[in-house]
Amino acid sequence: MTWRRALVIAIPMLWLGIFFLAPFFVLGRISLAEAIIARPPYTPLFGRAPDGSLEIFASLENFRFLLEDALYRNAYLSSIRVALISTIFALLIGYPIAYYIARAPEPKRSILLLMVILPFWTSFLLRVYAWMGFLRTNGVINNTLMSLGIIDAPLRLMHTDLAVYIGIVYTYLPFMILPLYANLTKLDAALLEAASDLGASPVVTFLTVTLPLSLPGIVAGSMLVFIPAIGEYVIPALLGGPDTLMIGRVLWDEFFSSRDWPVASAVAIVMLFLVVAPIMWLQSVQNRREEH
Amino acid sequence: MTTRRVLALGAAMGLVAGPALTDTVNVFNWSDYITDEVLEMFTERTGIAINYDVYDSNDTLEARLLAGSSGFDVVVPTGTFLQRQIAAGVYQPLNRDLLPNMAGMDAELMAAAAAHDPDNEHAVIYMWGTTGIGYNIDMVAERLGEDFEVDTWAMIFDPEIAGKLADCGISWLDSPTDMFPAAFAWMGKNPQSTEAADFEAAAAMMMGVRDTVRYFHSSQYITDLANGETCVAVGWSGDVLQAAERAESAGNDVNVWYAIPREGAMQWFDMMGIPADAPNPENAHAFINFILEPEITAKITNYVWFPNGNAASWPMVEEEIFTDPAIFPTEEVSETLFTGVTYDSRTDRTVTRLWTRVRTGQ
Repeated sequence: MTWRRALVIAIPMLWLGIFFLAPFFVLGRISLAEAIIARPPYTPLFGRAPDGSLEIFASLENFRFLLEDALYRNAYLSSIRVALISTIFALLIGYPIAYYIARAPEPKRSILLLMVILPFWTSFLLRVYAWMGFLRTNGVINNTLMSLGIIDAPLRLMHTDLAVYIGIVYTYLPFMILPLYANLTKLDAALLEAASDLGASPVVTFLTVTLPLSLPGIVAGSMLVFIPAIGEYVIPALLGGPDTLMIGRVLWDEFFSSRDWPVASAVAIVMLFLVVAPIMWLQSVQNRREEH
Repeated sequence: MTTRRVLALGAAMGLVAGPALTDTVNVFNWSDYITDEVLEMFTERTGIAINYDVYDSNDTLEARLLAGSSGFDVVVPTGTFLQRQIAAGVYQPLNRDLLPNMAGMDAELMAAAAAHDPDNEHAVIYMWGTTGIGYNIDMVAERLGEDFEVDTWAMIFDPEIAGKLADCGISWLDSPTDMFPAAFAWMGKNPQSTEAADFEAAAAMMMGVRDTVRYFHSSQYITDLANGETCVAVGWSGDVLQAAERAESAGNDVNVWYAIPREGAMQWFDMMGIPADAPNPENAHAFINFILEPEITAKITNYVWFPNGNAASWPMVEEEIFTDPAIFPTEEVSETLFTGVTYDSRTDRTVTRLWTRVRTGQ
């Protein structure tokens, strides 16, 4: 029987090996090189020393450079901040929606769920462009507000941090709603009845029963929003202002504008660890919780 | 030039040219830079099918070329990028015997382009242009007066003047290789300087006026100028004129035009070259030679409003375009133009870092 088990495990392992580990090692190897004008534009790992013996070129110089330079630290911190704020807003907006869908009667529920998923059938890029149409100076929002007489001069919405938050929250909201919904539909209604029979107000019931029980959904949804938001490049590039500094953009600059593949690789590796760290932490928190 | 048209995404994520057949040629060019008519004529005449792919930034093209095995037969980098790519061994020398139409090229322009490619050994001019200022005629006149002469970098770099224009929207190219030389020209420094101290000074000067900049982008300004969303944009000549044309045909009372600053502006060359590992080098030569036919080059210029370097084609360029000093600069203006320089990797890093600081204000 064990060879069958091995086979079953081998397939995902092979997948991980080919599509995660191998690229990771390539990245790691380039991050230890030095940029030169050549094709490919970095120093080879093995070379010949002047005396003809084999030499290995590898240095941690690029990582030291990242540590020393305030730009990278600021970009990492600002990416984390943007991702965190976006996650909080996605949660505040997504939770009531998920709750409402989970409580809705059957035919309506399916329709509501479909409405959450429906935007995915159009291109992500198109949806961000649609937001540009809403937010711009001559855009839908400003024109409506002006014609209603609420404002006299157009508001600056495009090219601001606000636009970036709107874009990220909008784009990733379904990733928050779906795990929350999956979790909330499983919630046993009898528990809520029991709480109310015992004299708890709806607010207390929500805070002491629903919320703690939906924690796994909150964690799953938050991670699904937070992780892609950290590395987001397209949304800040299209909607953000000049001072929106995010690590995705810094990475792009290093790779394309500076042509410095080694530093870009080092930035990507540090980013990977930055993303993995919160996941590991959340996992350990959850495991501990389950042990209790 | 760094980023043109939307994002580099589409181009950056693949779109690898098809398998190499002997009767195809794989062309990788800037977006909106040719007329389809010309491509159809080529296939009709030679029987060679064209895989035509586009990119929107030199950076995208360069990343593909440096990674190797790009599968392209003809690519069109800007001179400053070409120079570095030649050093990296990306190109094969052109075979002049297969390019008889090169005889029609303007000697002066080819000599200027030779700054990037000695003796024009690897590449020939496709189109060229300048980096200057696109502006909304009425909005600028309203704020600076009818008599203000707009052909100056003061429009964006003088805090007082830029301050008056900030409310109607100023955009800069998100391209340090265009913006730093422009800043040098305004400051009276050598626009081809590679001194770290000059870059520091230019960055400090730009930091002083960055509050007047609404955004940094290298293609968005075409739409925004045309709609009246912004009133001043640092931009590439043909792109600004495209905005002017769009505004005119939209009939929305927006009048856009292009000025070459008198302090000096960058003249750049987009050059056709053949990668060393091109699968169909002979077809590539046939394609380049075809593009250099006088009537074909003229057709392209008449369509894209960028000047070309093919003197033999000029009699066939529409009068309106050829005599427009914003497209083909006058002799007097030509003397104030300068070419870009290719930075070494150390300067490159300094420039990218300083530019990030200017762009983000940190």
